[in-house]
Amino acid sequence: MRLAEAARVAAAGLRANRLRSGLTMLGVIIGVAAVVVLVAIGTGTRQEVERQVSGLGSNLLLIFPGEASVTAAPTVSRLTLDDAEAAARVVGDRDRVTVQVTSGETVRAGTNSEFTSVLGTLDTSLGVFPRELSRGSYLSRSDVDTARRVVVLGSTVAEQLFPDRDPVGRQVTIAGVRFRVVGVFAPAGASLGVNRDDQVHIPVTTAHRLLGTDRIDAIAVQAPDRTRIRELGDRIVAELSQRHPETEFSAVTQEEVIGVLGEILGVLTGVLAAIASISLLVGGVGVSNIMLVSVRERFAEIGLRKAVGARSRDIGVQFLFEAVLLTSLGGVLGIGLGVGAALITAALSPVPAAVTAWSMALAFGVSAAVGIIFGVVPALRAARLDPVAALRSE
Amino acid sequence: MTAAIEAEDLTRTYQIGAGTVAALRGVSLRVAAGDYLAVVGPSGSGKSTLMHLLGGLDRPSGGRLVIGGRDVSTLTADQLAELRNKTIGFIFQTFHLLPRTTAVDNVALPLVYRGLSARARRQRAAAMLGRVGLGHRLGHRPSQLSGGEQQRVAIARALVGGPSVLLADEPTGNLDTATGDAVLRLLEELNREGVALVVVTHDREVAARARHQIVLRDGRVVDDPQR
Repeated sequence: MRLAEAARVAAAGLRANRLRSGLTMLGVIIGVAAVVVLVAIGTGTRQEVERQVSGLGSNLLLIFPGEASVTAAPTVSRLTLDDAEAAARVVGDRDRVTVQVTSGETVRAGTNSEFTSVLGTLDTSLGVFPRELSRGSYLSRSDVDTARRVVVLGSTVAEQLFPDRDPVGRQVTIAGVRFRVVGVFAPAGASLGVNRDDQVHIPVTTAHRLLGTDRIDAIAVQAPDRTRIRELGDRIVAELSQRHPETEFSAVTQEEVIGVLGEILGVLTGVLAAIASISLLVGGVGVSNIMLVSVRERFAEIGLRKAVGARSRDIGVQFLFEAVLLTSLGGVLGIGLGVGAALITAALSPVPAAVTAWSMALAFGVSAAVGIIFGVVPALRAARLDPVAALRSE
Repeated sequence: MTAAIEAEDLTRTYQIGAGTVAALRGVSLRVAAGDYLAVVGPSGSGKSTLMHLLGGLDRPSGGRLVIGGRDVSTLTADQLAELRNKTIGFIFQTFHLLPRTTAVDNVALPLVYRGLSARARRQRAAAMLGRVGLGHRLGHRPSQLSGGEQQRVAIARALVGGPSVLLADEPTGNLDTATGDAVLRLLEELNREGVALVVVTHDREVAARARHQIVLRDGRVVDDPQR
């Protein structure tokens, strides 16, 4: 018997019992759909994170104390502004280097107040992390040099504190100290869980006075040359290590951040897919069960087919095809359902979901494989059936 | 004339639990080409077991069995399946038609295992249904056919592969007298055209119509007019 013939016979067998075939398929459909949706969400999240990291700016190099690893404990910073100047000398361009020190503080304007993230930074910050201002201007070099109490508000903070007035030129207090608003950022959205609109920038020198410290958390560099970014990072780290022999420093590029985060999210996606695969496995057990019932029910048919000349192999192939057809068809429907669910999720909720060809191919392959694996036992049983006993069963 | 089937001292024992049960205890017979033989006996006499052996569905525990010139003991399972497909046509008491399958596709079933194209199979099956007088029932399902018509479909299926022997197990057992008679007459007509016919029955009247008959009791031939 040719394979095309076996497929035809198998299809007829499934058609003959539509309801049962459909219900059996449902297990596979749900399993495949779950795999497709969860992988889509995992992939979508990964793409979203990568997009956000890219959105921070290009050729970015971050230098901070401690080890560049997700699992490493945070290290107390010993970096100061002098170190940032040393780094700027290595880079050879002061405008390409900025620093940051952050603290959570309450910002007030009249009766309105907002607890927000206060970022002490340099006037060069916009050159490193490009951002638009909607009003006023950014911090100036003299603001930093003289530690003026001036502030640039994020768009959310500005709306909270000055719902119906232009904040530029007005007074706010940060941790009880008076500041003058010099500018307002245009909305920038969130990046890596940090809402950049819910943030205020003040000169790092002012921040040091406000917080009573002279430390900075990290140095950020906009590398002039993409191809030599790694080398530049190493040179800065070498310079800093010389200044602080007791401390380890790390320089990571944007690509490396994306790589590390991508790795984590890749593992997460894999775990999600594995969990979803369990339901596919359960679907496969259902297929096996129903195929066994089907074989039992069709003893007479098997006996007759053998009587008219079917070899054991022909019978086995027929039932194996039925199982594979059942799960493949379930796989195709499940992919349709999964893609639909992923698109709806992406459209109606903030959860990003990206359907990829490989996840669909994988889901289809796995469902076909489930058919083979779980169809083998029933098919073997059918093939080995003694025709005399099978004919007598009616 | 060469024999279609030759059996010598056939035995068939079944293992049931710890003991063995002998269904056949040394049966010898010969079905000549174009022969018409009735195997008669009460239920439990071993006639169904004998029919399964003669049709190559089962293998004897002892003795020698030659079907279509081939010694069954030398054949693999696949070769035996091919032998059934080409030389034997089975007709059962309960028809054994596939439900939800049209008459023409039921008849074409043996040809599926010969690698014939679907079109060629349908053509031959339709012609065979015409031969048994059901040319107008090609697309009907078994449930839409009367008992007599169903048995005719089964006969067409047995014939479609061009066998040399038709093995009919109580072919009239589920039919009323008139319908059963019509079915027997059809079988006899086919027999006159050249195919050997073996009818297994407990009905003496049916058996009496055969050219000769053997009587089985307790797995042994008790009366064989041939000898």
